Amino acid sequence: MADLEQLYQALGMIGEDPGRILSSDSAHVVAYGHQLVSQQSIPGVLITAQATDKGIKAKIIIAEGRQVEQPIHLCFGLFKRFGVQNVALELIMGANAKATLWSHCLFSVPDVARHAMDAVIRIGPGAELRYQEAHYHGASGGMEVVPRARIELERGARLFSDFSLVTGMVGKLDVDFDVNVGENAVAELTSKVFGHGTDKIRLKERLVLVGRNARGLIKSRVAVEDDARAEVIGITEGNAAGARGHVDCTEIIKDRGVVSASPRVKVTHPEAKVTHEAAIGSVDRQQMETLMARGLTPEEAVYRIVGGLLR
Amino acid sequence: MNDTPLLELRHISLRLDGRQVLRDVELILSPGEIHVLLGANGSGKSTLAYLVMGCGGYRPENGELLFGGLSIAELPIHERARLGISLAWQEPARFEGLTVAEYLALGSPSRSAAECLDRVGLPHQEYLSRMADKTLSGGERKRVELAALLALGPKLAILDEPTAGVDMLSLGEIIAVVESFRETGSTVLLITHQEELAAHADRASQLCGGRIVFSGPPEEVVAHYKARLCRRCDGETCHG
Repeated sequence: MADLEQLYQALGMIGEDPGRILSSDSAHVVAYGHQLVSQQSIPGVLITAQATDKGIKAKIIIAEGRQVEQPIHLCFGLFKRFGVQNVALELIMGANAKATLWSHCLFSVPDVARHAMDAVIRIGPGAELRYQEAHYHGASGGMEVVPRARIELERGARLFSDFSLVTGMVGKLDVDFDVNVGENAVAELTSKVFGHGTDKIRLKERLVLVGRNARGLIKSRVAVEDDARAEVIGITEGNAAGARGHVDCTEIIKDRGVVSASPRVKVTHPEAKVTHEAAIGSVDRQQMETLMARGLTPEEAVYRIVGGLLR
Repeated sequence: MNDTPLLELRHISLRLDGRQVLRDVELILSPGEIHVLLGANGSGKSTLAYLVMGCGGYRPENGELLFGGLSIAELPIHERARLGISLAWQEPARFEGLTVAEYLALGSPSRSAAECLDRVGLPHQEYLSRMADKTLSGGERKRVELAALLALGPKLAILDEPTAGVDMLSLGEIIAVVESFRETGSTVLLITHQEELAAHADRASQLCGGRIVFSGPPEEVVAHYKARLCRRCDGETCHG
């Protein structure tokens, strides 16, 4: 099981304890490539995962009212130089359930590989999901990552999603998240990506505030250097009375990097309000000079500023 | 007090966007001195601060800029900082993803962040974990800036209008902060338009129209400042 050892090593390198993830009280799905390494349900969290030649298919059902104390772990990776990993995920949260889901995507080994995730998530009335997806890539620049998610928030549900790819070369990233936000529900989507070399990044996130008093925030933080390119599209639609949405894009470019940001807003109800802000530019001069006045070199100052933005 | 000047500006002039902003500035600070630089808005006070710190575009067109006898006119900001110069900005930058504790740990601080926050009226239990970003009010951010300089303990602390703005330190509080710099042996160049602050300085200077028009004991400078406060002169009419 050389791959399993690599998985353990990779988890250790990102500060995760494999023993904890695989412990008896931790709900999890662990897979490398199209091989299912481990899956575990716990009371109130039913996990059914299967491996086929087309990919990993996982379904997670969190029971109504279940407050899951430990994070649910999804751990995906590839530990060969070439490969494909397709994941189909279905997550259903019952009413008033509460859970944190950590998705670790470990791709530091492959030279050329593709990871695709198709997720369908339904968050029941009053339920709360905190979702963190963190990617760890190597230096090859040959990864292609294609995450797709269709998310429904029912009345009073809450979603806090945090996607990050700031370690290693991105390769090609094409994110497409689509979220429907119901009455009194709240959705916050945060994405942080650091592109280098010839990386190509596309972030498309869409919030549709369909319910009365629905709230939504799209926050993107992207930095590119060398010849990397990024396209950031944040769409928010306010379609109900009292709906409030905001799109906040801040992107930093260095060297020959290119970023385009398109915060798009659409309002179809007179009592809805959606706002947006977007800032693209090089590293802020006053921030630089402030840090340099503490003794940091220009390079250290840039590292701090970009690192903070992507934190 | 050591007789060898810590900071010397000799015949410094500076032009920005074709406009003469500093004219033949003469300013000398001794080690350990608390020096108040008084001047109305637009007199060139902040420009002088940026020039000493070495900010982009603030390079003197002539004159000498010496720190501890060493010419620093060609040095970039971080090298000046490493010699012991630092600046608390009038409107400090905000930093996403950086906590107040991390901000105060930048450089090589000589005092604890907690102690310095308390000194500027920010309870450290509450503020160390706060982010140094736009969630801080303008006043809170300025206090954090002062705390950062206190923690750093530079040889020369330049404080640019520390009392300006809403929710800022009271006169008594800023005087206590300046005394904290004195305790650690820092020289302070306190830039302000409030003459009340000069009473607690060792020496003071008045800047008008980009020119130092009067230097000396604080009470004399304040008297001159009150009597000859002019808004948009070239500094010539203020002499005498």
